[in-house]
Amino acid sequence: MIASSQTIALDELSPAEQETLHCVASHMIPPSEELGLPGATDPAIFADILRSIGRDLPALRQALHAITEMAGGPLAVLSSIEQRALLSRFRSGRPDLAGVVEAVTVRCYYRDDRVMSSVGMEVRPPFPVGFAVPQGDWSLLEPVRSRGKIYRDAD
Amino acid sequence: MQSVTRNEPVDVLIIGAGASGAAIAWSLADTKMRILCLEQGDWPRSSDFPSTGRDWEARQSEDYSISPNRRGLAADYPINEDDSSIKIANYNGVGGGTVFYAGHFPRLHPSDFRVRSLDGVADDWPIDYRTLEPFYALNDQMMGVASLAGDPAYPPKDAVMPPIPLGRTGEKLGSAMNKLGWHWWPSDSAISTQEYQGRAPCINLGHCPAGCAQGAKASTDVTYWPEAVRSRVELRTRCRVSRIETNDEQMATGAYYFDPDGQERFQPAEIVIMACNGIGTPRILLNSASERFPGGLANSSGLVGKNLMFHPYAQIRGHFDEPLDGYRGPPICIWSMEFYETDPARGFKRGYCYQFSRGLGPVRTATTGLADGLLPWGDEHHAAFRRLFCRSAGMVSICEDLPEEINRVTLDPHLKDINGIPAPKITYRIGENTQRMLDHSVARGIEILKAAGARDITFKSPLPYAGWHLMGTARMGHDPKRSVVNAWGRSHDVKNLFIVDGSVFVTSGGVNPTATIQAVALYVADQIKSRIYDLFN
Repeated sequence: MIASSQTIALDELSPAEQETLHCVASHMIPPSEELGLPGATDPAIFADILRSIGRDLPALRQALHAITEMAGGPLAVLSSIEQRALLSRFRSGRPDLAGVVEAVTVRCYYRDDRVMSSVGMEVRPPFPVGFAVPQGDWSLLEPVRSRGKIYRDAD
Repeated sequence: MQSVTRNEPVDVLIIGAGASGAAIAWSLADTKMRILCLEQGDWPRSSDFPSTGRDWEARQSEDYSISPNRRGLAADYPINEDDSSIKIANYNGVGGGTVFYAGHFPRLHPSDFRVRSLDGVADDWPIDYRTLEPFYALNDQMMGVASLAGDPAYPPKDAVMPPIPLGRTGEKLGSAMNKLGWHWWPSDSAISTQEYQGRAPCINLGHCPAGCAQGAKASTDVTYWPEAVRSRVELRTRCRVSRIETNDEQMATGAYYFDPDGQERFQPAEIVIMACNGIGTPRILLNSASERFPGGLANSSGLVGKNLMFHPYAQIRGHFDEPLDGYRGPPICIWSMEFYETDPARGFKRGYCYQFSRGLGPVRTATTGLADGLLPWGDEHHAAFRRLFCRSAGMVSICEDLPEEINRVTLDPHLKDINGIPAPKITYRIGENTQRMLDHSVARGIEILKAAGARDITFKSPLPYAGWHLMGTARMGHDPKRSVVNAWGRSHDVKNLFIVDGSVFVTSGGVNPTATIQAVALYVADQIKSRIYDLFN
């Protein structure tokens, strides 16, 4: 459960909205024991999600309210099976809003150190080290050269 | 009413510091005229670009979003795009769209300038490939273009430096094109592959379209502008022009603008040059309506704002069993001009190019995988992600958009920017010819990916958030009734007003326009210099 707060800032989710998002994120990306991976509701990841909503806040609120409306109250009150079924209906019925919840969640999940390492990435930003890309086999262009000119003269 | 401060006059006033404004400023600098450029945005700071932080993908949907409406920064003006199936992408600041482009740098083809004569559609340009050829070459040198000479899809042209790497993706897709017997070639890219004029070589950040922190990509804030400023061109940032003023002789006298403090000023000038892109330029011209020019400035033809062309894009992507380049390297590696020239058997006039792209970062892999139904929620998520990440490749088709007057930029009667200047309103729909071209490109794209051995192939057509290329809204031509500017960029109506951005395009071609926009700007600069003693006759 999400701790409640005495005051609700207009530029962040309310405790009830946070609770709904927490529930949705737990269904979207659960932890994996097999891979040793956290889920999207891991405390560090979820805290990152909450502080990184940015310009998606109005659309995210709309999505969370739509889910609450579909549930007839707090999503967390439903059983896990009921939650899963409702979220499946939400995704197929409101793909635009589902896309917002997904974007807000994966933007933070896939920059977590543990997740990046797990998918084979170095835990760092691209700059200043950059990456290596092989030149490739330039001889593959021989058939293109052999075919000759393909542009049209316009004179 | 607040009084308007009147500045010291200048010889040349350039409005907009993007691709074309930078090129013409640099070229005119050798005249020793007093040149001033007003730019509504600021200098980009490479240390702020997304690739410098761990939140590199997230920031591309915040302050570094391609959508000005999403960004909503002080430099941006709102755009009403409700009546357009394609949404606008731009960057407002020094460098303009070149800060956010991928550096993919094709030229138009010779046939693009003669579409009426060759294919019976639209209109011929009043200039041709041969006219622009030396300016394309000069621009390649100034921007620093990496390429491989000998592309059979073009007349011969020199390479400035070696091309960007094919990588595993280029090999994979190039091999598929060879199987099909179709043209492909490493892209001309405005990306330094070696030390070049003080710029460091590309280190494969994979972040060309969100600003290059390395400075390897040729945005004009790191190419033309430093040279122009050293040559004493003055560039004033955070100055937004609202309208052009004229006198009884129907000559432009200068421009009104809002300075960084929001104070309105008047900048007198002997010559005014518009370089604000295919939306910003008609916006200012239409907002400059007066008793002398009731339909907007330079608009006796009624064509200012009309014939708006984008390049409708279709995107086709697939996934492979073996790892490819993923998020590493310039996103675009090769192109194909196989379907560029008109073939009556295809059921449409003109054509398109493909630009082939490498993979996506982890966040975009997840968001697109979720949207495409390839990445489930729940326990299967992790395994499915691993089947997608660093294993995708594909292409977009860039389809030639024919000019139609119904596609246009007007002034929104209600929406305004933070300075109270009316916002542009876009009215646009995809024409039948273009739709057939999009459909053709999707079908051929799927064939290519299948030939490459891809699975899980998806496509989007048209791509909605792909209005990068803004063309045609102040077209050039010989006939003042059918064009806004003449063959060298001067307004038919206002003899000291020039336009050098994508607005002047008569047709769009089927390739990215930046190389041509800059070649035209250099050509117009050359015309101004060679005609300087009778420029207004």
